[in-house]
Amino acid sequence: MLKINNLHVKLEEEDKAILKGVDLEVPDGAVHAIMGPNGSGKSTLSYVLSGRDGYVVTDGSASLDGADLLDMEPEERAAAGLFLAFQYPVEIPGVGNMTFLRTALNAQRTARGQEEMSAADFLKLVREKAKTLKIDADMLKRPVNMGFSGGEKKRNEILQMALLEPKMCILDETDSGLDVDAMKLVSDGVNALRDAGRSFLVITHYQRLLDHIVPDVVHIMSNGRIIKTGGPDLALEVEHNGYADILSETA
Amino acid sequence: MMAAVAQPKLDALSERLAGHALPEGGKWATETRKAALARLEAMGLPAPRDEYWRFTRPTTLNAPDPLPAAVFDHGGEAPVFGQIDRLKIVFVDGVFDAEASDPLELAGIEIERLEEAAGADIHWARDLYGVLETSGQSPVERPFAALNTAFAREGLVIRVTGKAARPVNLIYRHGDETSDGLVHHVVRLEPGADLTLLENGPSAARLNQVLEVEVGDGAAFHHVRTQGRDHERQAITHIFARLGRESTFKSFTLTVNGRLTRNECVVEMRGDDALAHIAGAAMGDGARAPFHHDDTVFVTHDALRCESRQVFKKVLRNGAVGVFQGKILVKPGAQKTDGYQKSQSLLLDEDSQFLAKPELEIYADDVACSHGSTSGAIDEEGLFYLRSRGVPEPEATDLLVLAFLADAIAEIEDGAVAEDITGRLEAWLRRRRG
Ligand SMILES: Nc1ncnc2c1ncn2[C@@H]1O[C@H](COP(=O)(O)OP(=O)(O)O)[C@@H](O)[C@H]1O
Ligand SMILES: [Mg+2]
Repeated sequence: MLKINNLHVKLEEEDKAILKGVDLEVPDGAVHAIMGPNGSGKSTLSYVLSGRDGYVVTDGSASLDGADLLDMEPEERAAAGLFLAFQYPVEIPGVGNMTFLRTALNAQRTARGQEEMSAADFLKLVREKAKTLKIDADMLKRPVNMGFSGGEKKRNEILQMALLEPKMCILDETDSGLDVDAMKLVSDGVNALRDAGRSFLVITHYQRLLDHIVPDVVHIMSNGRIIKTGGPDLALEVEHNGYADILSETA
Repeated sequence: MMAAVAQPKLDALSERLAGHALPEGGKWATETRKAALARLEAMGLPAPRDEYWRFTRPTTLNAPDPLPAAVFDHGGEAPVFGQIDRLKIVFVDGVFDAEASDPLELAGIEIERLEEAAGADIHWARDLYGVLETSGQSPVERPFAALNTAFAREGLVIRVTGKAARPVNLIYRHGDETSDGLVHHVVRLEPGADLTLLENGPSAARLNQVLEVEVGDGAAFHHVRTQGRDHERQAITHIFARLGRESTFKSFTLTVNGRLTRNECVVEMRGDDALAHIAGAAMGDGARAPFHHDDTVFVTHDALRCESRQVFKKVLRNGAVGVFQGKILVKPGAQKTDGYQKSQSLLLDEDSQFLAKPELEIYADDVACSHGSTSGAIDEEGLFYLRSRGVPEPEATDLLVLAFLADAIAEIEDGAVAEDITGRLEAWLRRRRG
């Protein structure tokens, strides 16, 4: 599904290397987690994969089902099936959440040569998905993420994921700012989407999300590199001992 | 005492007026027109150094003839306001077209052509035609409005006595590439009366239009206009409004395209507890023809507890220029005034420019007035967020453009009219994307 080879990335504005040779492969249907201290480059990786401006790839490659991701516009990556649940979902004043969701869904359908979904079918679909995430009509009516609490923003990200049905989902600290109930809602939402044809890359700072979304593989990232890879136990090790041991052991 | 007028202004004026004669009319009209001409001669035409003409060159308006303007091809698109049950009155190149118009009859209002009213020896219009314009000449001179009062032959004289049964829609078609339109309407709303006036279309290659509105005590005037889409047309328009006690005045203008547009709006809050909302949305692209859009607004508070609100939004690209000159003047004694002014532009590239001159002048101590003028680029974070969801960049940009304009459109009270405007903008943007 997702293949990242020796990825080197620096900032466009200053000569600062952030990713220093990331290698990662997420097979079809797998759930991989990336953990790591703040500032290690996790969000940068998610942004570079989804095509945000401001970064320069100096070496390496990234592909989705064999297609070169780095060569595509952000919207093309989305149409190819990539989805990023943002660490900080963006507020867009003046654009209604419903309009946003419908425009996104129909844009992807158009890009894939499918017909646009009718307004009635769309409404039915959104209502059904929103219900399971406890997103009420008011949140759908308001401008995108405006006046949403931290937890509401994260649930709105998962709603988008559920509607767009991407095949490669990247979740960047979707657990941050969530209370226990919201964590459960979000995890259930993600787990409901787990499927043989869909893969996940779950970025998190804490282990607790991984109790709900159980990963197949856990990677530890530090200073722009994956420094250790293991099973779900690796997350527990981090939880108990912090990153210090792993960092010193690989230093 | 007027200061002596500079010779170049007078020269420009005599060149501009060469071959123009005051229209024939009844006694009151003739006197009014002569007085307007005298006002104009005392001012001369605007010059680039004039305080309120520094951001907008008056050259094309001063020129004796309009610049030719191609007639826009709407390609069979449904007419603006077409879904609304309304009385249609059509002008072609600034000239009333009886055949294309509905009969000038509507319950709750009386409509006459200016020509008829001006032909009468005595007419109520005498108390309004050129009167609000005259009062709007101070403290800022508006020579084109005086020129209009002096020379206009075309226009409507409307008296609203109750609640107008339907909106009145003035449809301004443009057919002649060199037409020079001169149109002057007056509207008087008697106490408690209610009228929605819709205007749409470019009118002419060059348009000079004046609308004088007297809103009586407790009356309500709703005004929504769109100025067509002809790329090269030039327009100078003035609205002069005087508001009575507890009256409502709401005016919204949508402008897309146009080589030159200057929309002046002069509102005088005369009666206590009146409300005036003036809004505008402009969207300009300098790629096909130059785009220069100027909103010049002057609101005078001269009564207690009045509310005025100005909301102007401009989206500019490819070298388009937007101007906003907005003033709130609170006269001594106009206590509890609530004055608000917002002017914002969205610059879609580095070539476009927004020039703003917001002004507050307050001579009362118990008032709440605020103003804000901003100019910014598209929100990159929002754009990336939309694109990351699969929305292509041009479409994502348009969504943000519509979102930016939404505040101004929200000033339109009638939901169906607001929907028509929003739907059109969406369609025009979609068409532009191809
Ligand atoms: N646009 C940027 N400008 C400046 N520094 C940046 C930018 N993006 C990332 N960084 C820096 O890169 C490093 C990695 O950041 P980030 O990818 O957000 O880490 P993480 O998500 O693992 O906490 C940090 O040192 C951060 O300050
Ligand atoms: Mg991060």
